[in-house]
Amino acid sequence: MKSFTYERVDSAAAATAAFARTPGARFIAGGTNLLDLMKLEIETPQHLIDVSRLALDKIEATADGGLRIGAMVRNTDLASDARVRRDYGLLTRALVASASGQLRNKATTAGNLLQRTRCPYFYDTNQPCNKRQPGSGCAAIGGFNRLHAVVGASDACIATHPSDMAVAMRALDAAIETVDAAGKARAIPIADFYRAPAKTPHLETVLAPGELITAVTLPKPVGGTHIYHKVRDRASYAFALISVGAIVQRDGSGRVALGGVGYKPWRVEAAEAALPRGAKPVADGLLAGARTTHENAYKLPLVERTLAGVLTQAKG
Amino acid sequence: MQTPEEYELSRRGVLVGGAASVATVTMVPIGTAAAATPPAKSPPTAKVAFEVNGTARELELDTRTSLLDALREHLHLTGTKKGCDHGQCGACTVIVDGRRINSCLTLAVMHEGEKITTIEGLGTPDKMHAMQDAFVTHDGYQCGYCTPGQICSAVAVLDEIKAGVPSHVTADLGAAPAVTKVELRERMSGNICRCGAYSNIIDAITDVAGVKA
Amino acid sequence: MKFDTPATTNPIDQMKIVGKPTNRIEGPLKTTGTAPYAYERHDVAANQAYGYVVGSAIAKGRIASMNLDEARAAPGVIAIVTADNAGKLAKGDFNTAKLLGGPDIEHYHQAIALVVADSFEQARAAASLVRVEYARGKGAYDLAAAIDTAIKPKASFGTEPDSAVGNFAAAFAAAPVQIDARYTTPDHSHAMMEPHASIAAWEGDKLTVWTSNQMIAWSVGDMAKTLGIPKENIRFDSPYIGGGFGGKLFNRADVLLAALGAKAAKRPVKVALPRPLMINNTTHRPATIQRVRLGATADGKLTAIGHESWSGDLPGGGPETAVAQTRLLYAGENRMTAMRLAVLDLPEGNAMRAPGEAPGLMALEIAVDELAEKLGIDPIALRVLNDTQVDPEKPSRPFSQRQLNKCLETGADKFGWSKRAKPGATRDGRWLVGMGVAAAFRNNLNGPSAARVRLAKSGVVTVETDMTDIGTGTYTIIAQTAAEMMGVPLDKVAVKLGDSAFPVSAGSGGQWGANSSTAGVYAACVKLREAVVQKLGLASDAVFAGGKVKAGRRSVALGDAAADGELVAEDKMEYGDLAEKFQQSTFGAHFVEVGVDAMTGEIRVRRMLAVCAAGRILNPKAARSQVIGAMTMGAGAALMEELAVDKRFGFFVNHDLAGYEVPVHADIPHQEVIFLDEADPTTSPMKAKGVGELGICGVAAAVANAVYNATGVRVRNYPITLDKLLGKLPDMV
Repeated sequence: MKSFTYERVDSAAAATAAFARTPGARFIAGGTNLLDLMKLEIETPQHLIDVSRLALDKIEATADGGLRIGAMVRNTDLASDARVRRDYGLLTRALVASASGQLRNKATTAGNLLQRTRCPYFYDTNQPCNKRQPGSGCAAIGGFNRLHAVVGASDACIATHPSDMAVAMRALDAAIETVDAAGKARAIPIADFYRAPAKTPHLETVLAPGELITAVTLPKPVGGTHIYHKVRDRASYAFALISVGAIVQRDGSGRVALGGVGYKPWRVEAAEAALPRGAKPVADGLLAGARTTHENAYKLPLVERTLAGVLTQAKG
Repeated sequence: MQTPEEYELSRRGVLVGGAASVATVTMVPIGTAAAATPPAKSPPTAKVAFEVNGTARELELDTRTSLLDALREHLHLTGTKKGCDHGQCGACTVIVDGRRINSCLTLAVMHEGEKITTIEGLGTPDKMHAMQDAFVTHDGYQCGYCTPGQICSAVAVLDEIKAGVPSHVTADLGAAPAVTKVELRERMSGNICRCGAYSNIIDAITDVAGVKA
Repeated sequence: MKFDTPATTNPIDQMKIVGKPTNRIEGPLKTTGTAPYAYERHDVAANQAYGYVVGSAIAKGRIASMNLDEARAAPGVIAIVTADNAGKLAKGDFNTAKLLGGPDIEHYHQAIALVVADSFEQARAAASLVRVEYARGKGAYDLAAAIDTAIKPKASFGTEPDSAVGNFAAAFAAAPVQIDARYTTPDHSHAMMEPHASIAAWEGDKLTVWTSNQMIAWSVGDMAKTLGIPKENIRFDSPYIGGGFGGKLFNRADVLLAALGAKAAKRPVKVALPRPLMINNTTHRPATIQRVRLGATADGKLTAIGHESWSGDLPGGGPETAVAQTRLLYAGENRMTAMRLAVLDLPEGNAMRAPGEAPGLMALEIAVDELAEKLGIDPIALRVLNDTQVDPEKPSRPFSQRQLNKCLETGADKFGWSKRAKPGATRDGRWLVGMGVAAAFRNNLNGPSAARVRLAKSGVVTVETDMTDIGTGTYTIIAQTAAEMMGVPLDKVAVKLGDSAFPVSAGSGGQWGANSSTAGVYAACVKLREAVVQKLGLASDAVFAGGKVKAGRRSVALGDAAADGELVAEDKMEYGDLAEKFQQSTFGAHFVEVGVDAMTGEIRVRRMLAVCAAGRILNPKAARSQVIGAMTMGAGAALMEELAVDKRFGFFVNHDLAGYEVPVHADIPHQEVIFLDEADPTTSPMKAKGVGELGICGVAAAVANAVYNATGVRVRNYPITLDKLLGKLPDMV
């Protein structure tokens, strides 16, 4: 870990100002991924701005009947919130399927969205990785890639986004509220938040340098049955091979988002129209244009079968 | 579903041997300017004051010091273990302001003013916490290395269930979770025990919680 | 003491303390965080500096150049050790690759430098400033591709790579029912929770290390050889070991580099291997490709048994002895086994819990299940039918004890085996449910083992031996042994382990530790009893009980024998040829029920039972824990554990505890263990055998067979993950 200076700030404005003032700065909140990466010198900030105590730790009702979740709300608190459990069960289900109790006690809403991939080649600084060291190559292609992306990937990177929470957020049409150093706020639909790897897999989100996530908003509840099926080899404390987050209405319509298949939580709204007709047409639509390797081709039938199981479960 | 297209082998970076059988690779650490040797500067430090097991502690630490290393190397509270240092095993679990966390994945300086409970704060060999006692009775450990983390987690897990925190196996999100073996197994899954004492650990926790099997 | 005739009655047979379920005597220390592990010994040496290991970035080739300037100039750096400046180092007898590499690189993450600094943070940061240019060489990393280059290895530990009895080829060809299948097991990592760690300190030319090591005397000897100093100048201390499973049998880079770092820094140095480095830096259980051929008569009598295994290792390494059990487990007149070894430039392969049998039974016990199905015979009945009470290769040599059939039958009864349906026929909601069984088998090994016992005036008996407790419960069984022998309660016994200043024990490995080390303590206690009787002037048939020594009408407090000074006795148990006259083995049966998600193929273990026959069980509580722990590791081997090999770069890719998945709480149901009554007078006066490795033998096959019973899908390549089932599961509704 490279040495760094440290400061704690008490407002979003102070945080963005500190960022603008200090070269090589990063925000730190829960730290459960950033410190992990700093220990391996995959992340090498020269200055850490501790935003963990900002007063962004509330979950509040919005005027349009939705929820605003403060960026610093811990995963445990978000999952436990009575309104979330009642109206956004998919979000609670995704959260409690992720990581461990200890990590969920520390990890924040904003930090969860900004998790970096768990590709083992990204984590091994001796290996080529275009995400970690642009231009060095992708060792996962042609290497061990059982866990890797089947949609949205490029010849430069086949990494997946590891978040479960983001899959639920995507199905729930969340928006990400930010503020930048100039004090300018904006709301980014989660559909537009992550950048495709293309030739620049090191650029992962549309956030500008120093732009701070302040909240995530959820529109008003859509009802329906909420199911999150995370498929993994071991029963807990593992990243998803794939996951299916679904909201299914009584008439069979609904929404589906996938985890573990691409660089972002994967949702294709157009494919959802086929939901009343069963899993196959929806999976076909979701995975259109899929590119697989010898080791991860199983994800295509797995998505279809898992979705079929979810739809059966939704029928009760 | 269409026939998936296979990837070509990546061209760049994967220069392994090849026909020439020898390739030269240079490993340059990431994010480091290959400049001339800089003069050694003392690393930045910061002060932090917190409470550990009821005792106020003040430390001036290299900012990089994890809470785990602050406990083990600076306060010599070595009951908290370093198993992986990356949040992948749970051996470093401590309770901070009533919540269990991985002390390896947090900076000590971020815990200003907080109350930290480690395994040493739960009990001593002569005056063991009920959970520690139950672990001995049920042989809920073998090599002992993951044990302090398991015990800190177990103590916190019972509080989490009491507080109504849901888990992956909680069937009804509208109802309060119960202390069952299935709930405990899921909630304890962030604490790996390679000796495989899991079955006994769950027996120990249910014993403390007063649950019938 | 020499043990060369079967034991008769002795004080252990009282079983007042030995054989009783007993809480571990070190439990209060371990559960309160006060048991000191290697890296935590702040108390033993002042002014400790921190060492951080740099691992090679390539698997094979050479270091073209190394530039230490930036690292040396980094804050807090005291010294940097490399092969260039470490002086002449020999390779230890127990190491295949050098612990400090360079300029030649033998495997990925082989240690090439240690950076020593004032703090951990400084050492870690400076380690990344070591600039290395490599000339990458061509290596072999793919076992399947190297199989044609595999050769017949030389005999190791007296075992020839090939065996043959009768005419296997003819008998197999003639057998009316045949199984001929290939199985693969992947590379496995010990993944013990405590990383390899050591503190080293020099006083003049004398070296002390506080380390985490299973085999103290071996490692002292290897350290002496490596450093070229007399072993009398080296002390190892390893009282608590946070798991080993074979991964800490030998010196690893931490201890050597701590010693070299301490010399270079001129102050004590502590080193722990970083978790992401451990898997490629240290040893692992090598992958195997196995071919099993079974020929049987129509009524299930085995007539031909053939088992071949291919594995790889670095040059100079050995094979994974996966065929070993097949020479002894079942009757059959025509038999063959063979092992072949390929050179692979992956990290060093070596022993992991039940080396040989663990992967060997993963294959053999699926093959037996396949044969049972082909024959239409219950797999338990098939095994019972082919039981043998003698060494099948040498019928004049009986097993000392063999209750395999009783293990199988007892387990079948307890587990509800009769409810097992045909494959794919049992459904519980979305789960396909199945049961599987496999035999467990592991040889018993004894090794010479010495101990010293001290009797104090207080009546406290202190045992000293360099034996180690790696979670095995050794502290407690040694205390039980001494208490039984000296007639004192358990709390009057103190046990000190793991110090090379103590008498040399058998150490912990190969499940030989429990019986061997307690037998050594038995021998020392026999001597102490003689000294007590003599000191007190009592008849030699005096009885030691209740803290007193009684002979005739005299009854004296035991401590009185030490009234004018501590009494000390030391002895070593050595063995005659009983292990040649009798085949000493341990047996068991594993029963597993699994559920397989009919849609996703996710596999979850629902029930587990082991029935074991393994001699006298010294502490049923800790022995049960050893078995359930091994069952857990076996479940991991069945369902998730696999070191993923990058066949281009030559390393294990998933080299941390997130990537290399081992079972967590949620994977393991309540586990049951039954020990059959047994006392084996041929093994030692303790009449015990090993049990810690028996528990893992066969578990994975029982899981595999249960998955088959649940789904009708036979997977022969471990681990059994859902991607191997998906295409073969029932169609979606």
